[in-house]
Amino acid sequence: MRGTRRLVVEIAALAVGIVFFVIPFVFMFLTAVKTEDQSADLSFAWPTSWPILQNLKDVFSARDYMLVTAFKNSIVLTVVSVAILVVLGAMVGFVIQRRPGKLATIANLLVLSGLIIPPAVVPTIWVLQSIGLFKHLSGLILVEIAFGLAFSVLLFRAFVAAIPRELDEAAIIDGAGPWTLFFRVIFPLLRPVVITVVLTQSVLIFNDFVNPLYFLPGDENATVQLTLYNFLSQFSTQYNLLFMNIVLVTVPPLIMFIFFNRKIVSGMTAGAVKG
Amino acid sequence: MVTESRPGEARAAGLRESAEPGRSAPRARTNRVRGTVQRTYTPWFYVPAGVIYLVIFIVPTVMSFWFALTRWTLFDAKFIGLDNFKQFFSEQALRSGLWHTVVYAIVTSGLKVVLGLLFAVLLTSAIRIRGLLRSLVFFPVLVSTVAVGITFSVLLQPDTGAVDTVLRVVGLGDQDWLGSPTTALLSVALVDVWKGVGLATVIYIAGVLSIPQEYYEAVDVDGGGAWDKFWNITLPLSRPATFSVILLSFIGGLRSFDLIWTMTGGGPGFSSDVIASVIYKEYQAGFFGLATAGNVVLFIFVTLIVYPLFRWMSSKEVDL
Repeated sequence: MRGTRRLVVEIAALAVGIVFFVIPFVFMFLTAVKTEDQSADLSFAWPTSWPILQNLKDVFSARDYMLVTAFKNSIVLTVVSVAILVVLGAMVGFVIQRRPGKLATIANLLVLSGLIIPPAVVPTIWVLQSIGLFKHLSGLILVEIAFGLAFSVLLFRAFVAAIPRELDEAAIIDGAGPWTLFFRVIFPLLRPVVITVVLTQSVLIFNDFVNPLYFLPGDENATVQLTLYNFLSQFSTQYNLLFMNIVLVTVPPLIMFIFFNRKIVSGMTAGAVKG
Repeated sequence: MVTESRPGEARAAGLRESAEPGRSAPRARTNRVRGTVQRTYTPWFYVPAGVIYLVIFIVPTVMSFWFALTRWTLFDAKFIGLDNFKQFFSEQALRSGLWHTVVYAIVTSGLKVVLGLLFAVLLTSAIRIRGLLRSLVFFPVLVSTVAVGITFSVLLQPDTGAVDTVLRVVGLGDQDWLGSPTTALLSVALVDVWKGVGLATVIYIAGVLSIPQEYYEAVDVDGGGAWDKFWNITLPLSRPATFSVILLSFIGGLRSFDLIWTMTGGGPGFSSDVIASVIYKEYQAGFFGLATAGNVVLFIFVTLIVYPLFRWMSSKEVDL
């Protein structure tokens, strides 16, 4: 009796899960591999032919290979921002936890504000312009670092708290200075949380739409999220290419999800902690 | 606690420290080491991150309070007092944006709490496919918002769209979900819930799993059923998770821009405009002072709503 009831619940849950969470992705994929004519129907009909390679070629070559440039930009943006974010965030997380005092109190307050306060957009453009980095990829990288710091510091601080101080003391007795201690002893121990920060932040930055929109305008600077947005008007009659673009943009997070499911989930859950 | 961050351990570390100065004499050598240790945690570690944070985040935030009071072209700013704010609160199009922002934040965070808890209870129960279902519910969190927005705009199209086709079968079809002023904002909010409920669910799962099993056994002993367990144990003891979900989704909801912008562009008319989309429109139109005033309004909004919420929630913290 119990078994039957469980089976009913399981089947119902699976049905709901598939209808709501699988079908939209099926639609994405089916539309992406249809011919232009058939994709215009926007229906779930099975593709009459499968011009996958042709669609791929078309979507990449559109607008003078804009998507290729965009992927390059997005990858550089994500990799560089996340790399710097990890090192700087870990350094702050380390001192903030190890050296309580006035400075740490202020830093904690700033971390908290960073999580809550919405960034002031136009004044940020003004700052970037005055240091000559507006419309430059490096400017956007700085923006992503600044906006991602609060969350990363939070994760690192919590993790540093679990590393015994005796370890620091032993290293110091052995003659380690601040930098050696941090980079040779502490940082390697932070590996699990480094992985978490890398995964969550790279998904966030790769998917970011608002900041590139404001701080990195211009076709030659487009990131992949902006190509979607730009193609929206251009491909209004070519839904197959629009959705092929969507599929391509969805692939990197999907790959990450398949390999690091648990790490990503635990990282994002940890982000829910109150400071 | 809900999370991996270990507040207990942080507290323990703090205690250990405050206990140290008491036992001094026999451990002079250790204290000397401790002194060196303090010097080792050099404030220089703050500097690189601090400079970036200060220049890119703090300076613009502080300056926004000045630029909001000006007519501004990026190159010169002319002080005009509170005119920008007056405009914000008097023009119908802008004022309705404030209201929509609140509606959007309440609807999305409310639904995420209810559905997130529901899913979490289901996905921590004894069903066999819970791993698969967890992945299905969580994956949209990782998909680009723009991609989700475009896909659902197509699915929500009148007549040909999948949603309408299905609803027509049960006699509810022929709605222009995104094209009608009455449904546009709510439709976008529902898509936001679809994309974000996975995060709420995993936070709740962590919360539910941290409830000690003995409490449920106690209900069994007292002869209570599944409902009693949910109502008297799961719901009250997952309160920290509820706080986190509400805070996260409320902050996100007040700021949200990308989904609204890709699905409706704030339209039809101004019926789905929120503060963030108004800011973007004013920016595009070259009204930088007005756009910044919008930012200040958003700042005050978020602080006024989130800070008391935060205080109130912290004061009601439960210990397991």
